[in-house]
Parts: sequence; structure tokens; C-alpha cells
Amino acid sequence: MDMNEIKEIFFQECEEQLAELESGLLKLNDGDRDPETVNAVFRAVHSIKGGAGAFGLDDLVSFAHVFETTLDCVRSNRLEPNQDVLKVMLKSADVLADLTNAARDGGSVDEARSRQLIKELEALANGELPQAAAAEPVAKSTPTAAPVPAVNEEGFQPVAFSFDDFEASEPPAIVPSTFEILFRPKSELYAKGNDATLLLRDLSRLGEMSIHCDMDELPALGSMNPEAAYFAWKISLKTDKGEEAIRSVFEFAEWDCELDVTLAGGDHAGAGEELPMQPVPFDLSLLDEEVPASTGAAEDDEQLAAQQREARDNAVSAAATASNVLQMAQTARASAESTKCVAPASAAQAAAQQAASAATPTIRVDLDRVDRLINLVGELVINQAMLSQSVIENDTNGTSSINMGLEELQQLTREIQDSVMAIRAQPVKPVFQRMSRIVREIADMTGKSVRLVTEGENTEVDKTVIDKLAGPLTHMIRNAVDHGLETPEKRVAAGKNPEGTVRLTAKHRSGRIVIELADDGAGINREKVRQKAIDNDLIAADANLSDEEIDNLIFHAGFSTADKISDISGRGVGMDVVKRSIQALGGRINISSKPGQGSVFTMSLPLTLAVLDGMVVTVANQTLVVPLTAIVETLQPEASAIHSFGASQRLISIRNSFCPLVDVGRILNFRAVQANPVEGVALLVESEGGGQRALMVDAIQGQRQVVIKSLEANYTHVPGIAAATILGDGRVALILDVDAIVAASRGQSLKPEMSLAAAG
Amino acid sequence: MTYAAKNLTTGGRELIAFRVGGQEFCVNIMSVREIRGWTPATAMPHAPNYMLGVINLRGAVLPIIDFSARLGMKPAEPTVRHVIIVAQVKSQVVGLLVDAVSDILTVSDADIQPTPDIASDFERSFARGVLAIEGRMICLVELDSVFPHEEREAA
Repeated sequence: MDMNEIKEIFFQECEEQLAELESGLLKLNDGDRDPETVNAVFRAVHSIKGGAGAFGLDDLVSFAHVFETTLDCVRSNRLEPNQDVLKVMLKSADVLADLTNAARDGGSVDEARSRQLIKELEALANGELPQAAAAEPVAKSTPTAAPVPAVNEEGFQPVAFSFDDFEASEPPAIVPSTFEILFRPKSELYAKGNDATLLLRDLSRLGEMSIHCDMDELPALGSMNPEAAYFAWKISLKTDKGEEAIRSVFEFAEWDCELDVTLAGGDHAGAGEELPMQPVPFDLSLLDEEVPASTGAAEDDEQLAAQQREARDNAVSAAATASNVLQMAQTARASAESTKCVAPASAAQAAAQQAASAATPTIRVDLDRVDRLINLVGELVINQAMLSQSVIENDTNGTSSINMGLEELQQLTREIQDSVMAIRAQPVKPVFQRMSRIVREIADMTGKSVRLVTEGENTEVDKTVIDKLAGPLTHMIRNAVDHGLETPEKRVAAGKNPEGTVRLTAKHRSGRIVIELADDGAGINREKVRQKAIDNDLIAADANLSDEEIDNLIFHAGFSTADKISDISGRGVGMDVVKRSIQALGGRINISSKPGQGSVFTMSLPLTLAVLDGMVVTVANQTLVVPLTAIVETLQPEASAIHSFGASQRLISIRNSFCPLVDVGRILNFRAVQANPVEGVALLVESEGGGQRALMVDAIQGQRQVVIKSLEANYTHVPGIAAATILGDGRVALILDVDAIVAASRGQSLKPEMSLAAAG
Repeated sequence: MTYAAKNLTTGGRELIAFRVGGQEFCVNIMSVREIRGWTPATAMPHAPNYMLGVINLRGAVLPIIDFSARLGMKPAEPTVRHVIIVAQVKSQVVGLLVDAVSDILTVSDADIQPTPDIASDFERSFARGVLAIEGRMICLVELDSVFPHEEREAA
């Protein structure tokens, strides 16, 4: 594995940490004061800093460092994480993400912005300095009051943090002092490749050191877990370096051990005598032979493991994690007995927390591999269909055991297909999280106060859909904040909360994912939209449009109602692009708006791009599949409803409105002359321009879920055809590209500008 | 002769010979993936006349080219006796509809004669050379040019 690969892994992890960071900050923003949340946030920044340090990404390190410092103030309750503080922190998280991206892709960052934020962060950290400074000397000078850490119910232990390295003007006292260090590694420490020996050796370099190894936890050989950590060390270190130096030795092990550094016996040598235990000279080389091992929580591990026996793997990791929390909770334990009492309660609590948050173990898999599996399963489904079709054809009585077996096979294949599709399914959370950043930035730019509420972010959908969702969603969010919401003054004048709310929700509805974006702004100004449409020749001046039709005008190309073109939105390349990208995903978008109450955009998307619900139809003896999402209704035309229009055009009247009739067979060149509409079936489809078309096909065979196959792989793109699929009889059927068909029909007949007016 | 000169390597090579409309052709065996019987193809809209359509090759969509029509000869009327040669052309896989596969030939480069000068450019663009085997004339086909690149770009 070369350096680049490791670096790539680091960046992947960074992404996860950044997501964690942001979601943590947002939780804090919502008033969550759980120390575990603060810890998670701190940990995220700390890990990024650590990794970045290893790769020499100095910009990232220095920013993360300042950020971490400020977070530490929050962690140690020296800084109240109120809205203002969190605003700065959220911005910092954004900059941290930018810096990470810049480090990965070599892009540039807005340096002024990051410098500004560094200043703000430092100000925050220092703003509370009088208090912090007052608190620390006390801790240092009075050993009795020294951080016997306050342990709260979540097992969060505040760690004292020195600002020595930021306050160059105040160098730490150089008088050698004796520190008492309790170092209790957890099994994770060893699991991550750290070694207590090395840490202790580093520590010994700081000064005069004596070590006592606490082996009380070591169980009998029979009940020993070879991978657990059982030893703890009590170290008495006489050094002229500060506590900071000691902690920095443990910097990368901090989360995987219990570390307690206290200043013992004042500033004078000979503090050794005052130690509760006699320091024993210890040969470090012995450690090399020692098997790393041991937590005291081995028995507790087992209790936990028993609770979760059905998921053994999970149990092991959960128990291990639980025991960490447990250990933290017991930092100040008085006796082994009391530990035993506390243990089950806190272990259970910890296990519950773990179950909720840490989730099940995951693996990283190449998308290619998953895709290959999906392809194979697709073939399996097709083969299974072919097999059952030929069995049915050859089986006269239809009750043979082959049929029974086939039915089971069918069920199995369907299950396999569902599970494989589920592998690609991902929660929409990452996209939603990105949106919160966009809201923040736009709100800043426009001077509006906006609150983004997200719901259903764990709703799962195919990865490709998620990837393609970000673009349109970003655009819509921008629009919602920039155009949808009013300025705080206007909101107050309208009797609304000056803070606008943008609500982003995702949910599953009948096999599709529905994403809703609602704002509580002014709603669409229909007069203005109408006027603009008339100005742009989109509609006739006297066109009679319903409210809904007016609302839908914003999806037209070259349409923007913003009074002035802003940086953010309003360049007129907006909603039509959004609509097109949603349609490209096989989705639909709708808008509903109430004046004064806001607008709601509703997007309905397929859960996957690998399969599609289609209507199988026949056109000129060819079998075609029409995506079900495009079809509004189907009807059997009557001769009286068909009206010729000019030389070759025909219209069909549906409930007294006229809709152009499109002969699919003619457009695809499958036949030379137009078919007789009365002998066929008309599929009423919704097209890009908002107008409807009636597609003429010969007959409808049925409705089916089909596996999408690429035509481009071995052939080339064919106009009017979106893709291919393989039907149960083993033959290839083409999937119709409805928009292209409609566009082709339009090219021969109506001009695009006129079509809307005609439809309206 | 540039056509003969290109892509010729030393040593023997194996070729698959097939018949189309009474003439014999051959292609390099290395580019042939498999040979299978004819199955009805799904017609493609707006396709040139030699493009018979696509078939399902174990889950992949395989375009079928009527070799006879491609050479400007009479379009084939596919029967169960017809054969599809599945060949790799660059990164794509295509099927060639031919009347029958006749032979596997092992020839040396010296056996390959340059395409005679009299042929028109259209025919000559498919031919990499000709072979004289037991009194028959077999045309070595350049697969790259059989598959319609120009049309693809136009489409």
C-alpha cells in the first residue's frame, strides 16, 4: 500500500469525520447538551488534525488546532455553546471541509475567510480566558483539589487543557515538578497498533520517572481474554516540562486509554515519598516481552456479550466500547467492589447508547463490485423468467414439481434482487447535510435569518440517485432562501417569525422516494410570473392560465423573477435545469404555492436507476417499454375524438381539450404510414414543457419491472430510445425516451414557444 | 500496398473462414469471442439497413450486423441455419450475421496477398488482404471498418 492509498483512506475518513462534526454541531445548535455530542465533535476535529499532521498538511493542521482549542473550551464547560458560538463553529466546519478538499484536490481556499475564522475562534477561546486562567492555577497549585474528574452520568470526563502553546507570552514555569500519571490502556489502544511500552518510553524521556504496574485486574489464566488490556501503570514523573508535554505523549492514544495526570506534592523534588505507593524501578525492556493485555471489565464484557449473543461480532465490539465508557465512568473509583455495583448499570446504559449510535460494523466495498453483482443478479432474474416461461410452454398439466420448484426459485431470485439493491441504497443524510451548509452561506450573503429543518434523512435510496440529487437540490435550496424567503423586516411586517424556515424532508411513498422542500416565505408572486412569461413570449398576453399552470411556468428555460440578478440565483438557468435533471433520474417535480405562506416543491424519484417500472407495449410488431412515471393515463381513442389538423397532424380530444397525437411507430421509423388511431391505444404522457401528448401504440401487453441495460456499451445512443431491457422471453426490448419522442414530434409540428400557449 | 503492410506480424496466424452470399471471408480468430445460432433480433429505430437490431447475449445487449448488407450485397434473410459470429471490436462486442462458418485456417503472413488494386475503395476498406487456399479466394476482413464508426459519430 503506497502513501497515496493511505492518503486516500485518510481523506475518506475525513469525509466521515466532517459529516460527524457537522451533525454534532447541528445537534448542539438544536440545544443538545449531551457531553457525548461535544466529545464526538471534538474527536472528529482531533482525528482530522492527527491525520493531517501525519501527512504534513500544515494548513489543515493549524486550522484544526485552533478549532480544537475552542471546542475544548466547550468540552470543559468554559464556553457556553450558544447560537453565536455555534454559528462560528459551523462556519469553521465548512472551512475545515474546504481545507480538506483543497488538500485532496489541490484547489485553493478562501484564505481571508479562514484567517478571519481563526481569529474568531481564538477570540472565543480567549473570551473566556479570565475564567479559564483563574481556574487553572488553582488546579495546578493545590494538589488536593487537583482534577479528580467530575463524572457525570454519561461517563464524560472533562480533561483540563492548557493554553500554554497559544500563549507564548506566558511560558510555563520551568521548575521541575512531579506529576502522578495514571495510564490505563484499553484494548483499542493495542488494536490500533499503539504500544504502551513505546508511550512509556517516550514519557521517560521527559524526566525522571518511576513506574508501578498495576496488575490487579489480571484475571485467572482461564478467563483471560487474549485481546483485552489488563494492565495499568502508575507513573511518577519528575519533569521540568508541563502537563501539556505529558499529554502530548499520549496524543494519539488519548481516546483509547484512561489517562489521569495530576501534579503531586508541589514543586520540590522528593515528592516521591508522598506518593501513596512506593515507586518501583522498572526495566522498560521487560515490557517488550509482556503480552499487552487487560481491562478490568472482562467480566462485564461477558455480561454484555451474553445480552447480545445473537450478534456475536457486534457484541464483542459493543462490549469493548461499553467497557471504555465504563472505565471512564469509574475513573475516580474508590474500590474494586463499588465498581462491580456500578458496572452493570452503566454498562447497560452504554450498550443502549452504542446500539443507537455506533451501529453495526460496516465494510468498504468498491462500487464496481457491487455493480457487477447487481448485473449478475439482473441476469439471474431474466434467466429465471425465461426458464419459467419455457416450462409453462412445455408443461401441459401445469402441476409438476418443476413448477413448484420454479415458484420457489422465483421468490428467491426476487429476494436476492431486493437485497442486492439494498446494498446500493444509502441514506440521503450526506446530501441533506451539505444543504445545511448551503443554507448557512446563502443566509449570510442575503442577510436573512434561516433555519433548515431536515426530516427523514435516514431514508434510503440508490447511490446514483443520491449523487445526482445534490445538484438540483442545491439549486432549489438557493432559490428557496434567495427568492422564497422574505427579508427579516418584511417577515416581521407580515407578522411572521423573523427567522425563516426551510424544511427538507424525505420519505418513501409507494416504491419511490419523495423529497419535499418547503419554505415559509412569500410564495410565488403569480402576477409577476405571469407578466414575466408574457414579456418573454412564453405565453400569450391574454392566455387564461390556472394558478397551477402559472406556478409551473418557473420551470421554463430562461425564466427568473428576481428583480435583480444576484450572485446566488436568478440568472435564469434555474428551475428548468432542475426539472430536467430530476426527469433524467426518472423523477417528477411539482410545485404548490400559497401566497404569504410559502411554496412547497415535491420531487418524486425512483429508488434505483437499475430497474424501472414500465408499461410493455407493442408498436409495429416491436415490443417497447414506456417508463410508467411518464404515463398520466391510457385511453382507447374513439373515431369521433380524433381530429385531423393540417396535412399530417392529428389531435385527440380528451375531456374537451385537444392534445397532439404522436405516432410512436412513425417517429421511430418502424412503419412508413401512420397507423389508424382507433385500432391502437393512446398513452397520455406528461412532457418536459408541461404540455401533454398522446402517444399512439398498437397494444398494451402489461406492466412490469424491468432491468435497465445500456445500449451504449456495445452500440450507440439511439434517438428516442433511453435504454434496453431483456424481457421474459429472452428478447431485447427497447425502453422509450418519452421526452425525446415528444421533442421529435414537436420538431415536426409546433414550435416550442407555441406549444405552451397551445396547451394553456 | 498499405493495406497489406499494416498489422502484419511474423509467424503463422489462425483465421476463421466463413461464407456470405457465395463468397468466402475470414477474420482473425483472436477477435472472435464465440459463434452462435441465429435468434430473432429486436429492430433498432433509425438504424442503417445492415443493422439488424440487437439480441440478448447472456444479459448484454448485442448489436447484429448483416455482413452481406454491410458489404453492399443482397441483405440476408436470416434462418435458423444462419450463424452469428460474436467478435470483439475495440471495446465493444458485436455480432456478424453470416451464412455459415466454413473453416479454421492456419496461414503465415506470406500467404496473405495485398488487396488487388482493382477493387473499389468501398470494398477495399474492409479487406486487409486476400488469401489463395486450395484454389479458393478468401478475403481477410478488417473488423474495425465493418463496424460503422462514421455512422456512430453522425448519430
